[in-house]
Amino acid sequence: MIDYLLNHYNYWIVIFLMMVGFYTVISRGNLIKKIAGLSIFQVSVFLLYISIGNVTGGTVPIVTEGATVYSNPLPHVLILTAIVVGVATTALGLALIVRINEAYGSIEEADIHDQDKSL
Amino acid sequence: MIESHLSLLLVVIPLMAAPVTAVLPNGRLPWLFATIIAWTCFALAIWQFSLVAGGNVISYELGGWAPPWGIEYRIDIVNAFVALIVSGIAAITLPYALLSVEKEIPSKQLSLFYATFLLCLDGLLGITLTGDIFNLFVFLEISSLSSYVLISMGRHRRALTASFQYLIMGTIGATFFLIGVGLMYAETGSLNMADLSTRLPAILEHRTVHTAFAFIVVGVALKLAMFPLHVWLPNAYTYAPSAITVFLAATATKVAIYIMIRVVYTVFSTGFAQDTPTNDMFLILGIFGVLFASVYAIYQRDAKRLLAYSSVAQIGYMVLGIGFASAMGLMATTLHIFNHALMKGALFMAVGALVYRVGSSRIEDISGLGRQMPWTFAAIFIAGLSLIGVPGTAGFISKWYLVLAALEQGAWLIAIVILLGSLLAVIYLWKLVEALFFREATEPDGPIKEAPLLMLIPTWILVLANIYFGFNTELTISAAKTASAVLGQVTP
Repeated sequence: MIDYLLNHYNYWIVIFLMMVGFYTVISRGNLIKKIAGLSIFQVSVFLLYISIGNVTGGTVPIVTEGATVYSNPLPHVLILTAIVVGVATTALGLALIVRINEAYGSIEEADIHDQDKSL
Repeated sequence: MIESHLSLLLVVIPLMAAPVTAVLPNGRLPWLFATIIAWTCFALAIWQFSLVAGGNVISYELGGWAPPWGIEYRIDIVNAFVALIVSGIAAITLPYALLSVEKEIPSKQLSLFYATFLLCLDGLLGITLTGDIFNLFVFLEISSLSSYVLISMGRHRRALTASFQYLIMGTIGATFFLIGVGLMYAETGSLNMADLSTRLPAILEHRTVHTAFAFIVVGVALKLAMFPLHVWLPNAYTYAPSAITVFLAATATKVAIYIMIRVVYTVFSTGFAQDTPTNDMFLILGIFGVLFASVYAIYQRDAKRLLAYSSVAQIGYMVLGIGFASAMGLMATTLHIFNHALMKGALFMAVGALVYRVGSSRIEDISGLGRQMPWTFAAIFIAGLSLIGVPGTAGFISKWYLVLAALEQGAWLIAIVILLGSLLAVIYLWKLVEALFFREATEPDGPIKEAPLLMLIPTWILVLANIYFGFNTELTISAAKTASAVLGQVTP
């Protein structure tokens, strides 16, 4: 049992980060914290992909002498693309928060909601 | 020469054109350029559709790498049909957009606006054409990120919060999709959808595959605004600039429906959705979507928001069609993707014309306008009839096949719900018609002119298309029939 937990520690980290990020997005009213949670959520998926790509006993996927087993490089490539997407999402989210702050003078969800309601 | 690269050109042309549009000087030039690009894409999409209409499949290997290692663009009738809708709506929206956008978007952002529009078009076309599921995710994010930007350009400050909410929910949906793709890759080592469909049946009982399926279905359900994951949609459609509402309402959710069909029927098999409670879930949520969203629509005080809720209800119909898991149900969904794009496009265009003249879409602000803007009013009336599903309009055809699909399975209750949904549509559309035509104008300061011709012509092209496809159903029905046959083929 302990072995099972320890041998898959990277997957436990993935699940932990995923839940932390997801919970932050849902529970926090501060828009910046929401975006931070969203980033953590996305990063956990990057870790998931990289864990999948690992081959037991495999080395870096560069052809060298003395190596016969290589890790799968494809998930790495996929994740490079996903990181770019994640960065773009975070940047856009933060830019929207700047605009929201200019328009409402607040980045608290409840505040913004009240201001909209009073109209 | 061009023919062999056709499917790739549809993606490459708008992608290359977007940065060019961004550096063009502000004014009408970026609009003209974007319009030419959209019409080029439309022409290519028609050509592509004619190539696969008989049930052929075009396979394009990107960079000459053979699938399943390389990225493959795989075009069958389903892709070609959805690509035709997307590029067609873009081509008709852009001429309409010129005046409305000039009024709603600051003049120094025009070239960036049209560049983002082309990126959004590119993402949506890419989703439909690609045969690689990770590539699909990338295009999904291209279209989503650009639509967040486009929505946030609305005049009201609530456009910003609407866009932010959409960004949060859309990203969660896309990330769920990504998790599902990762788990499937871990199980099969493949990302090519056709290849996945041959590898998955052997391992369908694996728990990882079940998890992957659940993540993908929920993720896509967020994107297509399936009830009760629709909460981002009404605000986004209400506060986006008019032209963007037209474009997104007619294409974005439809493309997400296409992803759902692709995943459920091609990647996994139909039998898999039947063994798991997925189809029942589709049916139940479809019923709730149709009923609740229609009732919500009745209580709205803003014309755009009313139509947005009606969109959620119409998505309920499409989800019902997927849930039936029969050839007839799929045919109804495919038909409704097409017909709903026509009717919602026309309705949002007409409401956008009202917004252009009075600057608001609140029902109290637009009441009485029907007599001053008769052509716009008539467009709303006819497109509304199509939305209700009156015989002689396009909306009738898809509702008819949906009811047939329900009766085929003896689901009387669902057939009644479909009819009830139409009755509710009568109520909320009557509310609009009553306000526009029978109420007195609130601000009688001088007569309001009819909408400009450049906005009326695209609106009426869509309105007439609603009537045309209500009588001449040859194209749509044969396409939908072949599509459901192609999707059925893959299943064992």
